[in-house]
Amino acid sequence: MNDNSIDHYRRRFLKNAGVTAASAVGGVQLINFANAKSDDQAVADSVRWGMLVDTSKCATDCTACVDSCNEEHGLELFDRPESDVQWIRKVELQNKSTGHQVSLPMLCQHCENPPCVDVCPTGASFKRDDGVVLVNKHTCIGCRYCVMACPYLARSFVHENLENQRSWSPRGKGTVESCNFCVHRVDKGEQPACVVGCQSDGHKALLFGDLNDPDSEISNRANTISSRELRADLSLNTAVRYEGL
Amino acid sequence: MPPIRYSRVVGKSKSYFMFLFSLCALALSGLVAAHFMDTNGHHVTGMTNRVVWGLPHVFAIFLIVGASGCLNIASIGTVFGRQDYKPLGRLSALVSIALLIGGLCVLVLDLGRPDRLIIAMTHFNFKSIFAWNILLYVGFLLIVVVYLWFMMEPRMKIYSRKVGVFAFVWRFILTTGTGSIFGFLVARKSYDTAILAPLFIVLSLVIGSAIFILAHSAIMRFGERPLRVPLISKICKLLALFLCLLFYMTLVQHLSFSYATERHGVEKFILAEGGIYTFLFWGVQILIGTLLPLIVFLVPYFNRLSFLLMGCCMVLLGGFAQLYVIIIGGQAYPLEIFPGYIVEDGFFSHSIAAYVPTIPELFLGVGGIALVVILVMMVIRILPFVEESSSSSVH
Amino acid sequence: MGRFITTFGSFLLVMICMTSELVTANNTGNIALGIDDQCVEPTDYMRRYHMDVLLHQRDETVLKGIRTKKHSLVGCINCHTKQDGHGQNIPINDEGQFCESCHTYAAVKIDCFQCHRSTPDIEVANDE
Repeated sequence: MNDNSIDHYRRRFLKNAGVTAASAVGGVQLINFANAKSDDQAVADSVRWGMLVDTSKCATDCTACVDSCNEEHGLELFDRPESDVQWIRKVELQNKSTGHQVSLPMLCQHCENPPCVDVCPTGASFKRDDGVVLVNKHTCIGCRYCVMACPYLARSFVHENLENQRSWSPRGKGTVESCNFCVHRVDKGEQPACVVGCQSDGHKALLFGDLNDPDSEISNRANTISSRELRADLSLNTAVRYEGL
Repeated sequence: MPPIRYSRVVGKSKSYFMFLFSLCALALSGLVAAHFMDTNGHHVTGMTNRVVWGLPHVFAIFLIVGASGCLNIASIGTVFGRQDYKPLGRLSALVSIALLIGGLCVLVLDLGRPDRLIIAMTHFNFKSIFAWNILLYVGFLLIVVVYLWFMMEPRMKIYSRKVGVFAFVWRFILTTGTGSIFGFLVARKSYDTAILAPLFIVLSLVIGSAIFILAHSAIMRFGERPLRVPLISKICKLLALFLCLLFYMTLVQHLSFSYATERHGVEKFILAEGGIYTFLFWGVQILIGTLLPLIVFLVPYFNRLSFLLMGCCMVLLGGFAQLYVIIIGGQAYPLEIFPGYIVEDGFFSHSIAAYVPTIPELFLGVGGIALVVILVMMVIRILPFVEESSSSSVH
Repeated sequence: MGRFITTFGSFLLVMICMTSELVTANNTGNIALGIDDQCVEPTDYMRRYHMDVLLHQRDETVLKGIRTKKHSLVGCINCHTKQDGHGQNIPINDEGQFCESCHTYAAVKIDCFQCHRSTPDIEVANDE
């Protein structure tokens, strides 16, 4: 048994190395950043991760981003919509005056001045140097104050005992969680699952990248095409911006 | 003025022990409920991702806010020098401590990870008003213990005024902090207002005074001590003043909210279309909790102990309802992320959230109240907190 | 009398220390030996400091995004998990398995696995 497990992990290691090498050459599935940081490097504030949502490309009956996120993080749903977890949700809007209809994904906006970080009593809700806002579940006491404080209803409290979590996305009962821009992928130079899901579904409504890099695709696009923050009057300077809204 | 004599209240009757036993059963059921919620997760409660703070929090904040206000009776004696209030000082401080402990227990037991209380006591984010509250509550406990010590120890009596003033100021900061928990929430139109801080201060005076009157009267009657009804009547007049102030704060809150177009939605919800919340606001908070008690306290016909005590009970119901409307009604109303749009999503994030309290939550809250009463009964049994006779000056 | 107490007391103390040494010396835990039959750190070091290693690593990873593999919890689980008769991974915190075999004796409760997966994530092998 032990030999099998050793071989299994040796095989897996070699396979991963091979896949990485192949994708470095081919570069089809993996969209790597030019300067992906190495494992032992800390994140720095020279980078600010952001997302641009083109609502004109977001399809009404499509939930690719939600499905990819749920799959990636092993988000189990219990058919209780009011207490089920959601890291990203699809929202359908209709303007009351003009009747204009729009569809968009709603997720943690990764604000520069996050109210959820301000109110957390233990500092578990925090902002990483590269702008990603997430919950340190080791110090979260489950008080849910951040859930009340979030202007976007982005936070969820885990109401049940969980099992079979993904090894890269630990989550458990009694703590609060929200979209973390798939930091386990981003730190390796990959894209968040929702972005990959949207792209494979053909809509390409989500664009993720470094807002601090003037040459990145997202910076160039945000520079040329008008986009806005949600609830901009709160002066939170969100990292997620919406076009066509 | 002849020195006041205090002594222990040692109950011996069968009904005393039956009462104590039922309180212990209630407190125990609260613990069992908390364990049930902790083991299974909060899906067994009525709390959801929309209404994350429910009935236990209403109980907890009711008790905590009451703790702050209850000490006011002692402050009137120590800080403001009113001689007729002085005999009440020890009991006031004791009930205040018990209320705070009970409220904190309910609050902590409802945490998602109550086993991480140590983390809450050692990791502080000082931008969080919640973190400040933790420090303020613990500090309050210590200060009131010292205050009690100074009140009870003849050699320290000369310093009791200094501690009294310190406790008075600390109370104001503490209750401002509690109100600011909601006042600082920029995200919600039902909160995000400075008025909640002074509103909570006045609410604390209302709830605390009412609880004290009831506790004091019960202890004196069941402890077979003479109860000075004129003094109770005087405290009730003070309570009436606090009620008027509370009504004023509530009026200003709702008037200013109703003036701003952006808050019309939430105001219409609370004042007219909110179902249970509208009923609690008008029927319980305003009618039973403010108008009727004011009549009882101010109209001379009702100046009898039974009416006064009933008035205090009505005040407490109104205070509880006010907190329920603020805490739960405030969460039930959806966030306005897309003003001017009709919004639909699979998580019902833009509709009025339904919240139905469940049995475990009720037991946890009531268990906290039971704990408060047990603490008071046990401490007055072993230490001299209650004055013995009406030999002290009274008019 | 005093001397008796001192002697007996120190004897008792020595016995307790020896016992715990013996127990941990004999109790290697239910260790599924990892790659190259060796842990990332020497056994004695791990016995003494694994909690500090884990606590430090978790802060590095969560707060700073440092994802070195050597001290990662996922690494521990990948090596130290055993399989049952059918080749299925047994949760590492199950009774008699790697963590519990020492932790039950030491009466130190661990709550890692309320959130962390307790078996290797096989899908990692199939992951892109």
